[in-house]
Amino acid sequence: MSTTASNPTRSRGKAPAGEKLADWADGRLGIYSLAKANMRKIFPDHWSFMLGEVCLYSFLIIILTGVYLTLFFHPSMNEVVYHGSYVPLQGQLMSEAFNSTLHISFEVRGGLLIRQIHHWAALVFLAGMFVHMMRVFFTGAFRKPREVNWLFGFLLFVLGMFTGFTGYSLPDDLLSGTGVRFMEGAILSVPIIGTYISFFLFGGEFPGHDFVARFYSIHILLLPGIMLGLVVGHLILVFYHKHTQFAGPGKTNNNVVGMPLLPVYMAKAGGFFFLVFGAIAAIAAIAQINPIWAIGPYRPDQVSTGAQPDWYMGMAEGLIRAMPGWEINFWGHTLVLGVFIPLVLFGVVLIAIALYPFIEAWVTGDKREHHILDRPRNAPTRTAFGAAWIAWYFVLLVGGGNDLWATHFHLSINAITWFVRIAFFVVPVLTFIVTKRICLSLQRRDRDKVLHGRESGIIKRLPHGEFIEVHEPLSQEQLYTLTAHHQYEPVEIGPTVDENGVERKVKGTEKLRAKLSRAYYGEGNQIAKPTVEEYKEITSGHGHH
Amino acid sequence: MSSQDIPEEKLPAEPGAAHGAVRAADEENPFADPGLPPHEHRIQDIDERAAKRSERTVALLFTVSMLATLGFIASYVWIPNDKSVYIFPLGHISAMNFALGLTLGVALFCIGAGAVHWARTLMSDAELADERHPIEASPEVRAKVHADFKQGAKESAIGRRPLIRNTLLGALTLVPFSGLFLLRDLGSLPHEKLRHTMWAKGKRLVNMNTNQPLRPEDITTGSLTFAKPDGLEEEGNEEYQTEIAKAALMIVRLQPDNIKDKRELEWSHQGIVAYSKICTHVGCPISLYEQQTHHVLCPCHQSTFDLSDGARVIFGPAGHALPQLRIGVDSEGYLQALGDFEEPVGPAFWERG
Repeated sequence: MSTTASNPTRSRGKAPAGEKLADWADGRLGIYSLAKANMRKIFPDHWSFMLGEVCLYSFLIIILTGVYLTLFFHPSMNEVVYHGSYVPLQGQLMSEAFNSTLHISFEVRGGLLIRQIHHWAALVFLAGMFVHMMRVFFTGAFRKPREVNWLFGFLLFVLGMFTGFTGYSLPDDLLSGTGVRFMEGAILSVPIIGTYISFFLFGGEFPGHDFVARFYSIHILLLPGIMLGLVVGHLILVFYHKHTQFAGPGKTNNNVVGMPLLPVYMAKAGGFFFLVFGAIAAIAAIAQINPIWAIGPYRPDQVSTGAQPDWYMGMAEGLIRAMPGWEINFWGHTLVLGVFIPLVLFGVVLIAIALYPFIEAWVTGDKREHHILDRPRNAPTRTAFGAAWIAWYFVLLVGGGNDLWATHFHLSINAITWFVRIAFFVVPVLTFIVTKRICLSLQRRDRDKVLHGRESGIIKRLPHGEFIEVHEPLSQEQLYTLTAHHQYEPVEIGPTVDENGVERKVKGTEKLRAKLSRAYYGEGNQIAKPTVEEYKEITSGHGHH
Repeated sequence: MSSQDIPEEKLPAEPGAAHGAVRAADEENPFADPGLPPHEHRIQDIDERAAKRSERTVALLFTVSMLATLGFIASYVWIPNDKSVYIFPLGHISAMNFALGLTLGVALFCIGAGAVHWARTLMSDAELADERHPIEASPEVRAKVHADFKQGAKESAIGRRPLIRNTLLGALTLVPFSGLFLLRDLGSLPHEKLRHTMWAKGKRLVNMNTNQPLRPEDITTGSLTFAKPDGLEEEGNEEYQTEIAKAALMIVRLQPDNIKDKRELEWSHQGIVAYSKICTHVGCPISLYEQQTHHVLCPCHQSTFDLSDGARVIFGPAGHALPQLRIGVDSEGYLQALGDFEEPVGPAFWERG
C-alpha cells in the first residue's frame, strides 16, 4: 500500500480532473478494486436476459413517480365535500384520499400522467417479473449456485403483488374499496385469529378510519423498503455469480462469453432504461388506467358490475370465485372453508414456487455449479411442470373474470364457473402430458438432426428411380450445441439386502426420491442424446439416407 | 441425506472440463467444443461511410429527444389543463395528458434508441470470455474460517459459561414481546360488534336515494329498493361508513303465495321482505335482481340467492343465506324493523357459530 505521494507512476498535477476525482474517491472508498472486477465485466447476450432488466427499470420508474405522487396525496379518510374542477362529483362527500387523488388528476398539471405512469409501470413490473421468472424456470437458471437469488426474486414477486394491492387501494374509490372489503372477508375466514387480525388491521370494524393511512405506510415505506434491499441483493448476486449463458461454441461452464459492461452494456442496458420509461410514458399518454373519477368514492353499500382486481390478483380472484361455498359450523364456531381454502391454496402455490429449485436439486442429487442454461426441451418434466402451472394460472384468470367472459361472449356464468371448477383439475394434467410429449419429440428431432444432418430441401433421383432428400451434415458448432446438455440417469434405491443377507430398511423419502427421479430422467422421460459412436457409425458406414 | 447421495460416476462428466479451447475440427470427437467462432465484421467496421451514417442516426435520435423535451415544456406552459381533444381512435381525452405523455415518451425513448443503436453499430462487438471461479471457498480457506470461528467462540467462553448463554437467550427471546404488546392498540377487540347493526325495534326503513321513510305502498312488485335505518345520516357522521357496511338493506315485494320459506313469510309484511344487502361470501353489496325468479346476484363473485326461499344460496361461493330483517308497520303506516338481524350480517367468521 503505497501512498500517492510516494508513487512515481501517479503524477498529481497533470492528471485530468476526472482522474483526480477518481483517485480521491479511491483513496477513501477503494473504487479501483471494485472497478477492476466489474468495469469490464462480461455479460452474455440473449433476448430473454432483457426481461429482468424490464423489471428493474419499471421498479425504478415506480419509485420515481411514486415519490412525486406522495407530494400531493393525502392519506386520510377524513370526510370532505368535493369542490374541485370535476363537475359531476362537485358537492359529493368523499374521503380526503379520494379528494386528493382527484386533485392530482385534474388540477396538478402532469399529475394524471404521473399517476398513469405509476400504475402502468406497476403492471409492467409484475408482468415483467412473471415472465422473467418463467425464463429462469424453463432454462434451469435457478440451479446451484443461484437458488438464493431465485428466493430473492420470488420474494420480490410476492411483495410486488401486495405493494400493488395496497397501492391501488389508496385512492379509496369504489372499485378498490370493494377489493379491500374482499380482503377483509378473506381475513375473517382465517380460523381462530381472523376476526382479531381484521380488527387490528382496520383499527376496529371495517372500513373504519385508518386503513388508508396504514396501507400508505405499508405501500410507500415498508414493502418498497424491503423490496429495494432485495433488488440490490438480487443484482449483487447476479454480478457475483456472473450471468448464465446458453451452450454454444466456446461457451463452457467455466467461462462467460459476451460483451463488456463498459461500454457495450452500459449503453445497451442504460439505454434500455430510457426505452422502457419512454414506452411506459407513451402508454400512459394514450391508455387511460384506473379513472377513479368515473368510478366514484367508496361506499360499503355500493358496487359496480364487472369489478375486477388488477391482473396479478386474478389468480386469487379465480380461486375465490370457483370455490364452492363450504362452511362448517361446530361448537359455536364457523370454519369458512369456501374462503379459507382458496387463501391457503394461494399460499401453498407460492411456497411450491419458492421451493422448486430445492426439490429438483434433491431429486437430481447434483451438487455442482450450473452456469450453462438448459433448453426447455432438454428438461421435459420440469418444462411440463412449468407449462401445467401456467395453464392452471390461465384457468384461474378465466375464473377471476367469469362475469366478463359471460357478458362479452354471451355465456352462462354458471357454465363458466363449472368449467373452471373442472378445468382446475383437468387442464394442468393435460398440459403436463402434452408439453412433455412435445419436448420429447423435439429431443428426437435434435437427435435426428445430429445423426442424419439437416433437411436441405434438395430432392435427388437415384439411378434406379428412387427419390431421396439430401441431408446436409451439421457443422461442428451445431453438433456441439445440440449435444452439450447433460443427461441424468435415474437414481436407484440400490440393493435392499447387504452382503450378510440382512435386509436394509428403505426410507420413504428414499423411495419417493427414486420415483421422482424416474419420472424426471427414467426411460421414456428423456431421449438419449446421440453418442459419438452412433454418429461415426452412421456417417462413415452407410452414408446419408 | 448422505445415504441418498448419487455416486460421482453416475453424474455426467464435469461440464466444460472435457473441452478445452479446441479450435480445429476434431476428428476424434465431432461433438467437441470447437471454441469461439471468429469475429465477423459489421458493415460499420469496414466502411467508414456506414459508420458515419450510424453516427448521424444516433445524433439525430438524441436531437429528437431534445426537441421532445422542449415540446414537453411548451405543452406544460401553454396547454390549458382542462382542455380536451378528440384523437382518433382514443376519443375525447385530456390534451395536457396526451401532449405531456407523448413528448416525455419520445424524449426518453429516443435517448434509449440512440444509446442502443450506438452500442450495436459503433462499439466493438467482439465477444470476450471471462473465466468463472467456483463460488465455494478452497479447502484451506474453509478450514481457516472454521478454525477462526472456533477460536472466537472459545475466547468468548460462551460454551463454558452456560449461565451467560442461557440468560442472553432468555433476554433476546423476551424483548420482542414489548413490540408485540405495542401492536395491541392497533384496533379494538371484536367483542359482539359483528353481531349487531343499527337496526332495532321501531327503527323506520328509510329509502337510500330519497332519504324518506318508506311506506308499504312505496314498494312495488318487481323493483329492488335499498334502505337504511332512520337516523343514519351521511353528512357529518364519522361512523356512517362503518354503520352502513352492516345495516344496508334491500327490500322487494313478492306475492305472499310465492314465498316458499315459512319463517320468511312470518317476518315479511304483506309480501314485502327485507334482507341484508351485504353478501355472506366476502361482503360485497348485492345489487342485481332478477324480477321473474326473485334471484339476487352479487356482482363481485356471482353468489346467487333466492329471495323467495329464505335467500338461500343457489349458486356461487357464498356459504350461507342472507340474513332477513323482521319488519312490520308502525302506527303511522311506515315500514319499521321489529328488531335487529338475528344473525351476523356479512362474511362468516370464526366466532360466528
